[in-house]
Amino acid sequence: MTETQQVSKQESRPVRASSDTERLIRPAVDIFEDQAGITLRADMPGVSRDSLDIRIDRDTLSIEGQASISTPEKMEALHAEVRSTRYQRSFSLSGELDTDNVEANLKDGVLTLRIHKRAEHRPRKIEVQSA
Amino acid sequence: MFWNLGSIDDRLFDDFRRIQREMDELFGTGPTRSGIRAVARGTYPPINIGATPEQVDVYVFAAGIDPGSLDISIQQNLLTVAGERKAAGEESAEYYRRERFDGPFRRVLTLPEDADPDRVSAQYRDGVLHISVKRRESTQPRQIEVK
Repeated sequence: MTETQQVSKQESRPVRASSDTERLIRPAVDIFEDQAGITLRADMPGVSRDSLDIRIDRDTLSIEGQASISTPEKMEALHAEVRSTRYQRSFSLSGELDTDNVEANLKDGVLTLRIHKRAEHRPRKIEVQSA
Repeated sequence: MFWNLGSIDDRLFDDFRRIQREMDELFGTGPTRSGIRAVARGTYPPINIGATPEQVDVYVFAAGIDPGSLDISIQQNLLTVAGERKAAGEESAEYYRRERFDGPFRRVLTLPEDADPDRVSAQYRDGVLHISVKRRESTQPRQIEVK
Protein backbone atom coordinates (compact mmCIF):
# COMPACT_ATOMS: atom_id res chain seq x y z
CA MET A 1 0.00 0.00 0.00
CA THR A 2 2.78 2.37 0.85
CA GLU A 3 4.27 1.79 -2.56
CA THR A 4 1.15 2.76 -4.46
CA GLN A 5 0.78 5.80 -2.28
CA GLN A 6 4.27 6.88 -3.12
CA VAL A 7 3.68 6.39 -6.82
CA SER A 8 0.50 8.41 -6.81
CA LYS A 9 2.22 11.14 -4.87
CA GLN A 10 4.95 11.37 -7.48
CA GLU A 11 2.45 11.44 -10.30
CA SER A 12 0.28 14.11 -8.78
CA ARG A 13 3.12 16.62 -8.63
CA PRO A 14 3.60 17.44 -12.33
CA VAL A 15 -0.15 17.27 -12.96
CA ARG A 16 -0.79 19.87 -10.32
CA ALA A 17 1.94 22.06 -11.74
CA SER A 18 0.54 21.99 -15.27
CA SER A 19 -3.06 22.57 -14.21
CA ASP A 20 -1.93 25.57 -12.21
CA THR A 21 -3.49 28.74 -13.56
CA GLU A 22 -0.07 30.33 -13.71
CA ARG A 23 2.09 29.09 -16.53
CA LEU A 24 5.72 28.33 -15.94
CA ILE A 25 8.55 29.16 -18.27
CA ARG A 26 11.16 26.46 -18.70
CA PRO A 27 14.38 28.43 -18.99
CA ALA A 28 16.82 27.49 -21.75
CA VAL A 29 20.03 26.06 -20.30
CA ASP A 30 23.57 25.20 -21.28
CA ILE A 31 25.23 22.49 -19.24
CA PHE A 32 28.85 21.53 -19.61
CA GLU A 33 31.39 19.60 -17.64
CA ASP A 34 35.10 19.91 -17.11
CA GLN A 35 37.46 18.03 -14.83
CA ALA A 36 36.58 19.98 -11.69
CA GLY A 37 32.83 20.21 -12.00
CA ILE A 38 29.67 21.00 -13.91
CA THR A 39 28.57 24.44 -15.03
CA LEU A 40 24.93 25.28 -15.71
CA ARG A 41 23.82 28.49 -17.36
CA ALA A 42 20.15 29.43 -17.50
CA ASP A 43 18.44 32.34 -19.24
CA MET A 44 16.05 34.03 -16.86
CA PRO A 45 15.53 37.54 -18.19
CA GLY A 46 13.73 39.85 -15.76
CA VAL A 47 14.79 37.94 -12.66
CA SER A 48 16.74 39.86 -10.04
CA ARG A 49 18.82 38.40 -7.24
CA ASP A 50 16.01 38.79 -4.69
CA SER A 51 13.47 36.85 -6.71
CA LEU A 52 15.75 33.94 -7.53
CA ASP A 53 15.43 30.70 -5.60
CA ILE A 54 17.94 27.89 -6.01
CA ARG A 55 17.39 24.75 -3.99
CA ILE A 56 19.19 21.47 -3.62
CA ASP A 57 17.12 18.79 -1.95
CA ARG A 58 19.11 15.58 -1.78
CA ASP A 59 19.84 14.89 -5.45
CA THR A 60 17.41 17.39 -6.96
CA LEU A 61 18.50 20.82 -8.04
CA SER A 62 15.65 23.21 -8.69
CA ILE A 63 15.83 26.71 -10.04
CA GLU A 64 12.97 29.12 -9.67
CA GLY A 65 12.67 32.78 -10.43
CA GLN A 66 10.05 35.46 -10.66
CA ALA A 67 10.58 38.08 -13.33
CA SER A 68 9.65 41.57 -12.23
CA ILE A 69 9.06 43.84 -15.16
CA SER A 70 7.84 47.35 -14.58
CA THR A 71 4.85 48.07 -16.76
CA PRO A 72 2.91 51.32 -16.87
CA GLU A 73 -0.55 51.29 -15.37
CA LYS A 74 -3.48 50.44 -17.64
CA MET A 75 -1.22 48.93 -20.25
CA GLU A 76 -2.94 47.02 -23.01
CA ALA A 77 -1.08 44.06 -24.47
CA LEU A 78 -0.57 44.36 -28.21
CA HIS A 79 1.68 41.38 -28.65
CA ALA A 80 3.00 38.79 -26.20
CA GLU A 81 5.53 36.05 -26.81
CA VAL A 82 6.34 35.70 -23.12
CA ARG A 83 3.13 34.82 -21.32
CA SER A 84 4.38 34.16 -17.84
CA THR A 85 6.78 35.71 -15.38
CA ARG A 86 7.65 32.58 -13.48
CA TYR A 87 10.63 30.40 -14.38
CA GLN A 88 11.03 26.88 -13.09
CA ARG A 89 13.22 23.94 -13.96
CA SER A 90 14.81 21.11 -12.05
CA PHE A 91 17.57 18.60 -12.59
CA SER A 92 18.73 15.46 -10.87
CA LEU A 93 22.30 15.46 -9.67
CA SER A 94 24.62 12.50 -9.41
CA GLY A 95 26.55 11.40 -6.35
CA GLU A 96 30.00 12.62 -7.34
CA LEU A 97 28.81 16.22 -7.26
CA ASP A 98 29.45 18.10 -4.05
CA THR A 99 26.11 19.74 -3.28
CA ASP A 100 27.69 21.72 -0.47
CA ASN A 101 30.08 23.31 -2.90
CA VAL A 102 27.93 25.24 -5.37
CA GLU A 103 28.55 28.76 -6.55
CA ALA A 104 25.77 30.83 -8.04
CA ASN A 105 26.04 34.05 -9.97
CA LEU A 106 23.31 36.08 -11.66
CA LYS A 107 24.19 38.73 -14.20
CA ASP A 108 21.93 40.41 -16.75
CA GLY A 109 19.32 37.68 -16.38
CA VAL A 110 21.77 34.80 -16.86
CA LEU A 111 22.20 32.43 -13.94
CA THR A 112 25.53 30.61 -13.77
CA LEU A 113 25.77 27.69 -11.37
CA ARG A 114 29.04 25.99 -10.74
CA ILE A 115 28.74 22.62 -9.05
CA HIS A 116 32.08 21.22 -7.96
CA LYS A 117 32.91 17.55 -7.95
CA ARG A 118 33.89 15.90 -4.72
CA ALA A 119 37.66 15.89 -4.36
CA GLU A 120 37.91 12.11 -4.64
CA HIS A 121 36.11 12.17 -7.97
CA ARG A 122 38.42 14.60 -9.70
CA PRO A 123 40.65 12.80 -12.16
CA ARG A 124 44.22 12.37 -11.02
CA LYS A 125 47.06 12.10 -13.39
CA ILE A 126 49.15 9.05 -12.77
CA GLU A 127 52.73 9.48 -13.64
CA VAL A 128 54.48 6.54 -15.19
CA GLN A 129 57.90 6.27 -13.71
CA SER A 130 60.68 4.95 -15.79
CA ALA A 131 62.60 2.13 -14.24
CA MET B 1 -33.04 26.22 -6.79
CA PHE B 2 -33.68 27.79 -10.15
CA TRP B 3 -31.64 30.85 -9.48
CA ASN B 4 -28.62 28.59 -9.20
CA LEU B 5 -28.99 27.30 -12.75
CA GLY B 6 -27.92 30.57 -14.26
CA SER B 7 -24.60 30.54 -12.52
CA ILE B 8 -23.97 26.91 -13.42
CA ASP B 9 -24.58 27.65 -17.07
CA ASP B 10 -22.31 30.64 -16.90
CA ARG B 11 -19.56 28.57 -15.47
CA LEU B 12 -19.98 25.93 -18.18
CA PHE B 13 -19.86 28.56 -20.88
CA ASP B 14 -16.89 30.26 -19.25
CA ASP B 15 -15.04 26.96 -19.36
CA PHE B 16 -16.05 26.43 -22.94
CA ARG B 17 -14.91 29.90 -23.94
CA ARG B 18 -11.64 29.43 -22.13
CA ILE B 19 -10.95 26.14 -23.89
CA GLN B 20 -11.84 27.69 -27.22
CA ARG B 21 -9.55 30.63 -26.56
CA GLU B 22 -6.70 28.30 -25.66
CA MET B 23 -7.25 26.28 -28.81
CA ASP B 24 -7.24 29.45 -30.86
CA GLU B 25 -3.98 30.48 -29.29
CA LEU B 26 -2.47 27.12 -30.01
CA PHE B 27 -3.53 26.72 -33.58
CA GLY B 28 -3.92 30.29 -34.64
CA THR B 29 -7.46 29.85 -35.97
CA GLY B 30 -8.81 32.74 -33.98
CA PRO B 31 -10.01 36.04 -35.36
CA THR B 32 -6.55 37.56 -34.90
CA ARG B 33 -4.55 38.01 -38.05
CA SER B 34 -0.82 37.42 -37.86
CA GLY B 35 1.32 40.39 -38.78
CA ILE B 36 3.26 40.48 -42.00
CA ARG B 37 6.48 40.72 -39.97
CA ALA B 38 5.42 38.09 -37.44
CA VAL B 39 7.98 35.39 -36.83
CA ALA B 40 7.69 31.77 -35.81
CA ARG B 41 7.29 30.89 -32.17
CA GLY B 42 10.61 30.44 -30.44
CA THR B 43 12.48 33.12 -32.40
CA TYR B 44 15.17 34.79 -30.35
CA PRO B 45 14.75 37.09 -28.53
CA PRO B 46 11.10 36.88 -27.50
CA ILE B 47 9.32 40.23 -27.39
CA ASN B 48 6.24 41.63 -25.68
CA ILE B 49 4.60 44.88 -26.74
CA GLY B 50 2.18 46.85 -24.63
CA ALA B 51 0.51 50.19 -25.13
CA THR B 52 -1.02 53.00 -23.14
CA PRO B 53 -2.59 56.11 -24.68
CA GLU B 54 0.70 57.96 -24.06
CA GLN B 55 3.33 55.45 -25.13
CA VAL B 56 4.18 52.07 -26.60
CA ASP B 57 6.39 49.81 -24.51
CA VAL B 58 8.53 47.08 -26.06
CA TYR B 59 10.12 44.44 -23.84
CA VAL B 60 12.93 42.40 -25.39
CA PHE B 61 13.81 39.34 -23.30
CA ALA B 62 17.49 39.09 -24.13
CA ALA B 63 19.54 37.94 -21.16
CA GLY B 64 23.31 38.16 -21.06
CA ILE B 65 23.87 40.82 -23.67
CA ASP B 66 26.27 43.73 -23.57
CA PRO B 67 23.83 46.65 -23.91
CA GLY B 68 26.51 48.66 -25.72
CA SER B 69 26.51 46.15 -28.57
CA LEU B 70 22.78 46.52 -29.20
CA ASP B 71 21.69 48.33 -32.32
CA ILE B 72 18.24 49.84 -31.88
CA SER B 73 16.81 51.94 -34.69
CA ILE B 74 13.41 53.33 -35.50
CA GLN B 75 12.09 54.55 -38.81
CA GLN B 76 8.58 55.92 -38.64
CA ASN B 77 6.79 53.15 -36.78
CA LEU B 78 9.23 50.37 -37.66
CA LEU B 79 11.49 49.39 -34.79
CA THR B 80 14.57 47.27 -35.39
CA VAL B 81 16.54 45.61 -32.61
CA ALA B 82 19.76 43.88 -33.58
CA GLY B 83 22.66 42.49 -31.62
CA GLU B 84 24.73 39.48 -30.92
CA ARG B 85 24.87 37.11 -28.05
CA LYS B 86 27.96 35.12 -27.29
CA ALA B 87 26.72 32.29 -25.15
CA ALA B 88 29.55 29.92 -25.96
CA GLY B 89 31.50 28.66 -22.97
CA GLU B 90 34.76 26.82 -22.86
CA GLU B 91 35.48 24.79 -25.92
CA SER B 92 37.43 22.18 -24.00
CA ALA B 93 34.42 21.35 -21.82
CA GLU B 94 32.01 18.58 -22.66
CA TYR B 95 28.53 19.87 -23.41
CA TYR B 96 25.37 18.03 -22.37
CA ARG B 97 22.88 20.72 -23.28
CA ARG B 98 23.16 23.69 -25.56
CA GLU B 99 19.74 25.28 -25.59
CA ARG B 100 20.70 28.92 -25.17
CA PHE B 101 20.77 31.09 -28.24
CA ASP B 102 24.23 31.92 -29.56
CA GLY B 103 24.96 34.29 -32.40
CA PRO B 104 23.61 37.40 -34.08
CA PHE B 105 19.92 38.28 -34.01
CA ARG B 106 17.68 40.89 -35.55
CA ARG B 107 14.02 41.60 -35.07
CA VAL B 108 11.80 44.11 -36.82
CA LEU B 109 8.59 45.23 -35.16
CA THR B 110 5.69 47.23 -36.44
CA LEU B 111 4.54 49.70 -33.82
CA PRO B 112 1.24 51.57 -33.91
CA GLU B 113 1.14 54.27 -36.60
CA ASP B 114 1.25 57.13 -34.13
CA ALA B 115 4.62 56.14 -32.60
CA ASP B 116 6.89 59.17 -32.43
CA PRO B 117 10.39 58.18 -33.64
CA ASP B 118 11.88 61.30 -32.03
CA ARG B 119 10.89 60.34 -28.51
CA VAL B 120 12.34 56.94 -27.77
CA SER B 121 14.14 55.77 -24.65
CA ALA B 122 15.72 52.42 -23.89
CA GLN B 123 17.11 50.77 -20.82
CA TYR B 124 18.55 47.34 -20.12
CA ARG B 125 17.97 45.74 -16.73
CA ASP B 126 18.24 42.15 -15.52
CA GLY B 127 18.42 40.91 -19.09
CA VAL B 128 15.32 42.73 -20.33
CA LEU B 129 15.61 45.57 -22.80
CA HIS B 130 12.76 48.01 -22.32
CA ILE B 131 12.13 50.46 -25.15
CA SER B 132 9.55 53.20 -24.65
CA VAL B 133 8.22 55.05 -27.65
CA LYS B 134 5.95 58.03 -27.01
CA ARG B 135 2.84 58.42 -29.12
CA ARG B 136 1.95 61.61 -30.94
CA GLU B 137 -0.31 63.75 -28.84
CA SER B 138 -2.90 64.37 -31.50
CA THR B 139 -4.05 60.77 -31.34
CA GLN B 140 -4.39 60.59 -27.59
CA PRO B 141 -7.95 60.54 -26.37
CA ARG B 142 -9.13 63.93 -25.24
CA GLN B 143 -11.79 64.67 -22.76
CA ILE B 144 -14.56 66.78 -24.25
CA GLU B 145 -16.48 68.80 -21.81
CA VAL B 146 -20.17 69.35 -22.31
CA LYS B 147 -20.99 73.02 -21.84
